[in-house]
Formats: sequence, structure tokens, C-alpha cells
Amino acid sequence: RVYPALRPMTTGIGSSTPNPVLKKRDDFEDVLEERRNSSDLRYALRCYTPALYKGLVPCKASMLKSIVLQSDSLQYVVGQSREAVQEEAALLLEEMAHRLQLGTIRFFAFTLSKAFKALFRGVCVNEEGIQRLQQAIQEHPVVLLPSHRSYMDFLMMSYILYTYDLALPVIAAGMDFISMKFVGEMLRMSGAFFIRRSFGGDKLYWAVFSEYVKTMLRNGYAPIEFFLEGTRSRTGKSLTPKTGLLNIVMEPFFKGEVFDVNLVPVSISYERILEESLYARELLGVPKPKESTSGLLKARRILSEDYGSMHVYFGHPVSIRSLAQGHISRSQHNLLPRHIPQKPTADTQAFVNDTAFRLVRLQEENMVLKPWVLLATLLLQNPDGMDLSTLTEQADWLRRLALAFGAFLDWPDHEPCSKVISSSLALHKNLVCVSGGRVRLVVEELPGAESATEEAGFNRAVSVLSCASYRNQILHLFVRPALIAVAMQTANCSRKDEVFNCFNFLRNVFSNEFILCPGAAVQDFEEACYLLGKCGAVQELQQDLVMSQSGQTTLAFLCSVLDPFLQGYQVVFHTNTQKYRYVHTFTRFNVSTCVMILITAYTIKSRQTSPHSVQPLCAVFEVFSLLILSLTKSTKRSNKVPEKRTGKESDSVLWSTLKAVCVKTLVLI
Amino acid sequence: LHSGGSTSRISSQDRLRVISGHLHQRAQDGHAAVSAQECKAEASRANPAKAAPVPKRRHDIMKWNGWGYSDSRFLFNKKGQAEFTGKRYRLSGLILPSLKDWFEGTFGANLQHKSPATPALNVSAVPPPNLNESFVEELKAAGVALSQEPEDRVFRSHGHCLHEIFALREGRISRVPDLVVWPSCHNDVVKIVELACKHNVCLIPYGGGTSVSSALECPPEETRSIVSLDTSQMNRILWIDEKNLTAHVEAGIIGQDLERQLNESGYCTGHEPDSMEFSSLGGWVATRASGMKKNIYGNIEDLVVHIKMVTPRGVIEKSCQGPRMSTGPDIHHFIMGSEGTLGVVTEVTMKIRPVPEYQKYGSIVFPNFQQGVACLREVAKQRCAPASIRLMDNEQFQFGHALKPQVSSIFTSFLDGLKKFYITKFKGFDPHHLCVATLLFEGDREKVLQHEKQVYDIAAKFGGLAAGEDNGQRGYMLTFVIAYLRDLGMDYYVIGESFETSVPWDRVLDLCRNVKERIVRECKERGVQFPPLSTCRVTQTYDAGACVYFYFAFNYRGLSDPIHVYENVEHAAREEILANGGSLSHHHGVGKLRKEWMKEAVSTVGLGMLKSVKEYVDPSNIFGNRNLL
Repeated sequence: RVYPALRPMTTGIGSSTPNPVLKKRDDFEDVLEERRNSSDLRYALRCYTPALYKGLVPCKASMLKSIVLQSDSLQYVVGQSREAVQEEAALLLEEMAHRLQLGTIRFFAFTLSKAFKALFRGVCVNEEGIQRLQQAIQEHPVVLLPSHRSYMDFLMMSYILYTYDLALPVIAAGMDFISMKFVGEMLRMSGAFFIRRSFGGDKLYWAVFSEYVKTMLRNGYAPIEFFLEGTRSRTGKSLTPKTGLLNIVMEPFFKGEVFDVNLVPVSISYERILEESLYARELLGVPKPKESTSGLLKARRILSEDYGSMHVYFGHPVSIRSLAQGHISRSQHNLLPRHIPQKPTADTQAFVNDTAFRLVRLQEENMVLKPWVLLATLLLQNPDGMDLSTLTEQADWLRRLALAFGAFLDWPDHEPCSKVISSSLALHKNLVCVSGGRVRLVVEELPGAESATEEAGFNRAVSVLSCASYRNQILHLFVRPALIAVAMQTANCSRKDEVFNCFNFLRNVFSNEFILCPGAAVQDFEEACYLLGKCGAVQELQQDLVMSQSGQTTLAFLCSVLDPFLQGYQVVFHTNTQKYRYVHTFTRFNVSTCVMILITAYTIKSRQTSPHSVQPLCAVFEVFSLLILSLTKSTKRSNKVPEKRTGKESDSVLWSTLKAVCVKTLVLI
Repeated sequence: LHSGGSTSRISSQDRLRVISGHLHQRAQDGHAAVSAQECKAEASRANPAKAAPVPKRRHDIMKWNGWGYSDSRFLFNKKGQAEFTGKRYRLSGLILPSLKDWFEGTFGANLQHKSPATPALNVSAVPPPNLNESFVEELKAAGVALSQEPEDRVFRSHGHCLHEIFALREGRISRVPDLVVWPSCHNDVVKIVELACKHNVCLIPYGGGTSVSSALECPPEETRSIVSLDTSQMNRILWIDEKNLTAHVEAGIIGQDLERQLNESGYCTGHEPDSMEFSSLGGWVATRASGMKKNIYGNIEDLVVHIKMVTPRGVIEKSCQGPRMSTGPDIHHFIMGSEGTLGVVTEVTMKIRPVPEYQKYGSIVFPNFQQGVACLREVAKQRCAPASIRLMDNEQFQFGHALKPQVSSIFTSFLDGLKKFYITKFKGFDPHHLCVATLLFEGDREKVLQHEKQVYDIAAKFGGLAAGEDNGQRGYMLTFVIAYLRDLGMDYYVIGESFETSVPWDRVLDLCRNVKERIVRECKERGVQFPPLSTCRVTQTYDAGACVYFYFAFNYRGLSDPIHVYENVEHAAREEILANGGSLSHHHGVGKLRKEWMKEAVSTVGLGMLKSVKEYVDPSNIFGNRNLL
């Protein structure tokens, strides 16, 4: 893609790009405050009368099932061979369906009040967002789209909605939970419905599942909640969105069955994530502990720890109708009965995909960043530790930069910088320690055994990765300017179109790494240029983009933000091509990405950073886990297609690759 | 609830009287005579027996800037009560006590805030005629009646779209025809068309003038002299063939006259579009009209047996009156719906039926619109639809209620109260959701009663309760007075319009909901201060779908350009209809108002086909109203 008509700064910005910094955000209110001052029991038993959707077709959870089973679209899939299939469909629905009960909700309201008060200092919610949501729920069917960082997310969502007397959502949850005795059923009764993680070609399953969701949406049964990212992000970065469920909830609008649907992005941010070290271990290849009730009970020790405060920001409802205006022709469904499943057209798919990215961006923008995120960023750039004074100084500088870029930073204004930092460090004492005025990452001391170099390395990697997951929270803010910063270095020329070409190239390389809306390269470029210009790092001239005198620090910082990822890709690539020759696995991942990686590796050769430092390694793990995730998916999907190589084999090949890389690099640290 | 067969023949005749009314004091025996003589223009006009029901100077009896007869209009009297003037209608002279509250409550309007129309046509504002002298000379020589009076020309420059009437009320006159001609028979038309071709004059056929598609608007870009060809004087029934049950009729006859005259011979066509008081046979053919009782008699395309049309290429007609032919594409279908772009329909042979023995109204209350639609669908499925069956939504039900005349006795009002109590309290219908279907049965008395039972049995399965003949009859009255009501609204800053579509059964509910909501949303976004009236009814049922009719109106106080807002909203509503699988039009036609969607509606090739027909039939665009294509 060529950057069209390069315009000078004055006309390029302002008119086309909304100033991202001027984004106005609502104030927060702590919902736990009242919990600490009044009876939890009374709260759990209070009168609950939420405002409902104006077009609500009243129906019970059990009736819902029969509507779904009788629906034309399901009957169409069931087809002639009726009874057996119909029975199977009923069983699938039985396995899937929720059994939302107020009693269970009240139970959760009580127990979660206790738990949350123990875990968090505060749970901050934007009230204006709640009011907007209340309005939206009454007007049109609502889909809630929270970010997903923790198991806590959906419990917290229902808890907050109950607290504010809003309609309780039904939640799409993974099948993993159902295996938990008792708890699975409790979740079901609190509104969760369970879907299999993959059901590739199972038409009946798809039909039951999509009809179930669509029926609830059409009838305005309850707000529907699901996670666009599909799974909890283990890295703190938003995952590229999955469009399956989004497609389903949009279809009733496309087919004219509802006037509109409101999509409400919700950003849930944690000061300290409960699963912090669990995630790091998972990234390093330790399998995820299976969800089980006993596991949950064992995990109760986390109740004694301090997880700081958390923020839940309900974004502005996004109307599908407004989004689709001019992009989707609903009349394309005029010539086929609407219950016959139709493959979405390329236009529709592109629209849904684009919307998904936009919504994740909205989630990202409203994520609250804590001071610790800035500290983690700085500490990871100085793996040998920093003087407390330097850290304080640089954190202050970074704070100003972040604010200039429009960060939603929760930095207590009235407190001195040093105090803010020390309390942040204290909260994360499991990751950092201060000794002799120096701040460094904690590495668990092993009980004496010198032999366990490998294990020491492993532990070190755990703390680096944990730290990285906080650093990653700020990436969405810096990634676009950082891509320009790197592009300016790589381009070897200050011509704007050259810089843009490099920028665009890098953007494609990282298209699976960060949330970069497809097709928005120009907009991203302009927005980032504007930000860099605003903070005085670059000057945008007629044809050129040049670094200003004072811009050195900023640009260097931005480059180093991206550095671990660049090098991570490089390492992965080298490992794969030279030693293991698994390029073919890459090609299945994403052909263009791999080619890009290859070229990047050579383009940035000039950069003289050791490829074996801790930094890129973290990224290696991240990249790999991403890779594995998407590979396991694609192989599962391809199981249906006759193919020589089975999914199992390719999985194990990849795991061994990953392990080999880990071992090799860990030893080198 | 319905009171047994109290009304029968009386009500059917009553109704016919209602809609026909009397235009003139005419010789009672005069119009009974059915003539089959050759057209002798002067001679026939001299004959008092042929007294034209529609005068050439239409503005003598009809409003120049509003709907219908000058003597019939709604107004709020000094006490603030609504009343309907004149003597023509059942409602005439009656007080409508609840209309004011409904009006003020629905639109946020206020009787203090008036927006009166310009009282009389300012003749000097009418542009002088651009005449083609030699054409006029030759016409005169041929003995064709013509006029260039401003009143005549202005009257034929518009249909009844909101923007057209609104402009007239404000005294704004745009391009009007330069000349009005009144042919009195087929041969006159042949002459006129020949002369128009010879002198390159633009002809715009004019029938009843009830178009709601901007079809009669003079194209502003037209530089030639524009001649309005008024068919109103071609209004005779030329013959009736009782063996084949057909009648041969001149195309200028208007609906009520055709029906009345046939009735006198014991027949009817059964074609009753809502505009039948004023619309003409030729207009029905040219727009593919649909009548209220199409379930028994069929739409216009089912009713015509033979059509004669004069085009610039000559006269087009079939050679026989066979009831069905396989002779390539039916040429009638090039004529029906051609909207005056190909020629003038002069004579039509139509099917006729004996006047039905018995007629009965009825109504059914449903707890909600969904149930009502489901019932209509079932009725259509069992193919047992009465002559007419219509389903009004809740808003329209309340509207209809507001038109209830003052009740004379305490007993009636007590009975009304009782009914209301029974439906809302005993049966648990929500007064804000319930809706009403109105029915009209026709035929042998016994069969009607049997039919009625069948329909009510189906309705009961969908929670419907029979709600009496009165409600049914009032529902049908609404369609005849609605256009008069619009004029009342316009006196108080309220503007409105109706539009229609046809849609498959499975999409009826979705389409109704989405279009109504779209109207509300668009009004809000465009600064309309008070929520609009946005209401619909299902007016026709077919095997595979239904016709849906929308009313929409709003209070335009505070808007600088209300017509612009209104047009945007209507445009958005049409987009919504198309997006929801509705058609561009069921019976109003395309005109110039909906032209932009024709390609989408019939495909590029389809449009090309139509264009090539136009190209062949009328290469110099003599019929230059620029409708449709």
C-alpha cells in the first residue's frame, strides 16, 4: 500500500484525525466503599428491579430452549432425519444453556462482596457509563464486550450490574468451567452458557449455538456478554479479536430482525492481576492448570494478598446500525429465506472484522494505567536494575510523555512522585525489590542447589515475563509512534513517503502482535505523526519528517519499546530457519508475516543489540505462544479436511521446538 | 361482542352513498342511460344526459390547495371541538369530541398556534403560458376544448404529495402546464397526440389528479410547451356485455361514477381504491392500482380484459377479448404501470360482477400486533380472506378512536365503557398494545355469515375477539377522511404523508417495526421537537405476502425547512423498507418521487428493457412527464 498524497501537517491533522489526547473520560466511583459500610447480606437480598428492553418478549429460560429447538433455522439444519438429530440438538442445548436464577446471583453478590473486599482496595466504576448502559438496555438489545485479563472479569461484570440494578447478562463461557463440580453449575445459574472451544465443521452444534444466542438477542432476553479476545490474554496485550460470536450477534441486524444492536465495550483493568505468575509459567510452556473446584479451593490463599484496586470503564454504546451505514447492504438477504444459513459475504466479513478491531481499540483506550506500568516499562529496559532516583526521574518523564499521548493514567496528583513510586513498588514486591537505593527484579532464590542453572533461568524468565505483562499494558499507547520511530531509523532518509513505507511494512509485520486496525495504516500514521509533533519529538515538513533537536530521548525510548518485539521475531525466525526448518509451520501461521519477518531481520541488522538479552526472549515466548495458539486452532480445524499430518504431531513438533528454544536461550542468560 | 346481523343491505348502500356523494344536482334519470354511440364531440356535450360529473373547472367544487371537495373540511370550532363540514359524508356535520385531545397529545400541537394557508390563488404568481401557437391553432380547428386560465393550469400541475400541497398553501407556484385540453373521446386523443408529435409539444395525461408520486409535476427542465391532457370528459360507459360480464368504459371516468352507474344496471367492478372518489380508470391502469376488495375482485391487472392506448406510434390494443392469451409477453403489462410515459389510455374493457346481495362489516381486537399479523397470515394461508381485511396497529387504533363522533345516549357511552372494561380488564389486553383488524364481507347472505364464522374462528386461535361492526365501519371511513385530516393538521403546524409497500409474510413484522422506528429516529436526529406519529396497517393479504401502509406525521414548529426534513425522513423510510425486503411500491407507483430506486428494484437489464420500449413507442419524448425511468 502506498501512502497517498502526502499532506503537510497543518491540513493532514485536525480535519481527518480526531485529536486522541482530547478524549474526555468519566469519573470513577468505588463500588466497594458502600460494601465496607453496610451489610452484605442486606445488599444481597435487596429489591432488584432492573429496567428492561422496551421490546422485550417475556420468556423463561426453559421456554427459550423450546423456541430455539422449534426455530426454522434449527429445523432446517435438522432436516429430514428428524428425531435422532432433534434429540441430539436438545442435548447440545441442554449442555449449553444457562439457567439464570436470581437466587444464585444473590448468593454470589454476598460471597463476592466478601471476596472482593479481601482482594481489592477498591473497585472503581464510571457511573456515567452505567447510566448510558441503562439507557441503551432499554432501547435496543445490548451486547457487552469486556476485555479479558482474568477469571475475575465476568464475575465482576455481573456483580457490578447487580449492584447498579441493571439487567443481568448471559455470558458466553468456555466449556472448561463445566468440568468444575458444583462451581460450573453455579456459574450456569448465574447466567453463564457454555460453548465448546472449537466445533469446526459441526453444523448442528453451530446451528444450536448461534440460534440460541440470536434468540436471546432478538427477544431482548438479557444483555449478551462475551469476550472478543476469545480467551484471557496472558501477556497483558489485547489479543486480536475473534469474530465468530460478533458475527452471530450482528446477523439479526443484517437480516432486519432487530432495529439496532448496541455494542458496549468494557475495559477492565487490574492494578495487580491475580493470575500474574500463572500466566508467565503458561507462556513458558507449563500447561494451564485444569479448571477444577479443588484447584479453586487451593487458590484461596490469594485472598490474603493485596491486589490493589481495579477499574471498570463502561464505554459508549456503539450502534451497529450507525457503523454499518454505507458499508452493509441489508437487502442482500432479500432473496433467500432468512432461516437458511448463509455464508457471510466478503463485505460483511470485512465489516465484522473491522468492527471487532475497533471495539478492541476502544477497550484499550479506556484501560486505566497504573504508575506501576510505567515503572515496569522502565525496569525492563534496564535489566540490571536502576537507581531509585533515576527511576523516579525517568518515571516522571515517562508520565508526562504518556499523558501527552492521551494515556488514561491513574496517577495520584496530590502525592509526590517518589511516594507514588514507592507504594507501587511495595504492591509488587513479589516482582521487584529495592536494596541499597537500587531497584531490580526479584529472582526467587533456590534452596542452595547451584546445579539448577536451568531452573534459575526459568525463574528469572518468570519474573521478567510477569513484569512484561504490565509493560505490555502501555503498548497500545506507544506502538504507533514507536513504529514511526523505528521507521525513521530504518528508512535512512527523512522523506515522508519513505518513512511511511517502512512504517507500513512494520505495521504488517506486527499485525498479529498488536491491535492495528486493518486498512487504517494512513490514519494510524497521521495520528502518530501528530502525537510525535505535539510532544516535540519530530517536525513534519512539506515532504519530510525530521527529528527535532529535543526529540532524541523520546524517539530512543520509543524504539526501545518496540525493540524486544523486533528482536523476538528475529530470534524466532533464525531459530526456525537455520536449525529446525519449520518455515512450513510458519507459512501456515501467516505467510506474509513470515516473509516480513525475514526481511525485517535483515533490514534491522544494523542495530547492534545482543540478540540474547532477556528482553527479546520474553517476546520470543509471547510470539511463540501466539503461534502455538493459532496453530493448534488451525490444525484442529483442518482435522476435518483429510490431510497427512495430524494435529497431534504438529502440536508436539511445535512444543519441542519451543522447549528447545527455551532451553537454549535460558542457558545463555 | 359483534352485534348480530343488524345491518345488511342498508349499510352496503349507505356506504356506497357515503363514498359517492353528490357533486351536482343532476337530473336523476340522466346518467342511467348507457350510450354506445360513436363519439361526436360537440353533439355529446350538448346532450344534457351526458352532464359531466367532473366539471372542467374542477376548482369550482374542489379545493385548489388541499384534498377533496371545497365544502368538506375538518376544523376546530370556537369551543375547540373538531367538526367535519358539509353534507357529503357520514361524518359530515358531526362533532368529534376526542379529536382535539388526541391531536394535541400526539403531536404536541396547540390550537393557539395556527399555520393557515394562503386563502386564494394569486393569479399573478402563475407564470404566463409558453404556447406553441400553431399547435393551439390546429387544436382549435379540430374542435378540442382547451383553456389557458391560470386556475385550470395550476390545478393540473400537481398531485397530492405533501410537498406539492404545502407549496400551494404557501402560495408558491412552480412550473405549471401551459395549456389544458379536454378530449371528449378516443378520436380526440388521437388528434391531440398527432398534433403534439407534429409540433413537438410535451403531453402530460391527467386523470383524477390524486397521484402521490410527483407524477404530475412538470419537469422543470422541460423547455417545450407543456400540455395537460385532462381525460375527465371521456367518462361514458360505452357498453355493457351481460353475457361475458364485461363493460367497455372510457378511461376518464372516475371511480365513484363508474361504480354508481354500473350499480344502476345491477353491476359493479368491485374496484375500490381508497381514492375512488376522485381517481380515474385510466389512472388506475397507468399506475397498476389496487382496490380494497381485491380479495374478491382482483387488482386492476386482474380486472382489465382489453385496453386501448394512444401512443405517438399509433394506437395499441389486442385483437380479441380472450380471457387469457399466450402471445408473447402480455402487452397490457407495458401499458399498466407506464405512468403516462408511453401514451394515453382511452378505453378499457373491464370485468363486472352483479352487485353483491349482502355486505357486512366486522372487526377483531388482538392483544398485540404480532398476533394480528399471525392471524392475517393464517387467513391468507387458508385462502379465506374476506373482501377486505386490514390490520391497524395500536397507534392507528387510537387514531381511529379519536374520530368517534359524539355519542348521543348515556346508554351507548355506558356500553362503550363496558366493552373497554371487558377487553382491557377481563381479557387483560394492554390498551397500549392491542390492535384491531377491520373486515368487510360480501356475497350471499348465508355464505357471508358462514365466512364470517370461519374468519372469527381463526382469529380466536390468535387471541382475537370480535369487536363489532361499528368499529369495522369506522376503520374504513378513516381511509376516506384521512386526506381531509391532513389539511386540518397543516392548519396547525402538523405535516404528514402516507406511503406503502408489499413484503413477504415472514418479514411483515420486522419491516413494520423497523420502518416505524426509523421514522422516529430520523425525526429526532433532524430536530423535530416532538415524537412523530409513526403508524402502519396491513391492508392487503396475498398468498405470499402482504401490503403494508404507513402514516407518518409530525409537528414542524421550530424547523426552518420542514419540507426538507420531511423529504429526508420519507427517503430514509423508503431506504429502510428496501433494506427489509419490501418493494418500492405496491400500488402508488414510482413517479418521479421513487425513480432513483428503479434500477435497484428491477435490475439494470430490467430498466433497459423498459427504456427500449419507451425509445420505440415515444422516441421524441412527447409524453415527457419523466416518470418511472
